[in-house]
Amino acid sequence: MTHDEIFGKVRTVLVDALAVDEDEVTPTASLRRDLGAESIDFLDIVFKLEQAFSFKIAQGELFPENVAQDPKYVKDGRVTPEGLAALRARLPHVDFAGFESEPMLSRVADVFTVETLVRFVEKKLAAA
Amino acid sequence: MWIDRVVELVPRVRLVAIKNVSLAEEHLHDHFPAHPGPPPRPAVPVMPASLIIEGLAQSGGVLVGHAYDFRHKVILAKINRVELSREATPGSTLRYTAHAERLDEQGGAVRLGVELLDHAGPDPAFETIGSAELMFSHLDQNMGAAGQAGVDFPAHNFVFGEQFKTLLRSSGIAVPGE
Repeated sequence: MTHDEIFGKVRTVLVDALAVDEDEVTPTASLRRDLGAESIDFLDIVFKLEQAFSFKIAQGELFPENVAQDPKYVKDGRVTPEGLAALRARLPHVDFAGFESEPMLSRVADVFTVETLVRFVEKKLAAA
Repeated sequence: MWIDRVVELVPRVRLVAIKNVSLAEEHLHDHFPAHPGPPPRPAVPVMPASLIIEGLAQSGGVLVGHAYDFRHKVILAKINRVELSREATPGSTLRYTAHAERLDEQGGAVRLGVELLDHAGPDPAFETIGSAELMFSHLDQNMGAAGQAGVDFPAHNFVFGEQFKTLLRSSGIAVPGE
């Protein structure tokens, strides 16, 4: 499946899950900030990606979990260098480059863009 | 409760429930959409669509809850889509059929159908009047102490309380711990 074909299917998933217009779903659009995704929507997106691409996504494989609760990983609302390293290791499909300069926990969700999902699907399909 | 009885349960797969719409229910005394027309519409009591959705949520919620022996606090988290093409009036029976699309430790996605049996019709039979897609979340998994928001909840399962247990018993479904 080509990058464009994957993007097309991801776009359909997001239009369905987030009730947004197709033209809003650009590669750089942030799921939360630009497309208005709330916490339950992330679970919905996981379900719909599984259906669209016929693979299973384990809990914590696509979106992070149990980072905020670990005092090693978060201090005073900021993700620590250890936390960032853990996120990078668990979520290789995510580009944290823009997040490093101001690693506030409240901004973690903003790093998940449409392109993040496309990259995740590409890696999953390549590994299958 | 907004369902009267579970008439079929295939664990983790399908649940069918019925709801009899009765004029004895108080909500019908307060909900009778009418307008002068044209065409004129008389003030006939109608079951609010929001309560049909609640019945769908309870049907799907029991299916999702049963999959994990009612250990999790199952809440309706998202209404992806609901379509209803006909109103339910007193004396009719609604049948909700829930199909589990996905179930896991975090929650479930359920697709549902709504049928209506109008007992006053010439040849009474269930007629499809709607469909829905709902998402359920295991609150204790997704927002509990081990979850994302670090929020604590009471240990007992406040979602599946006495009314749900009564429904399960009268439907012949085992109640956990009994």
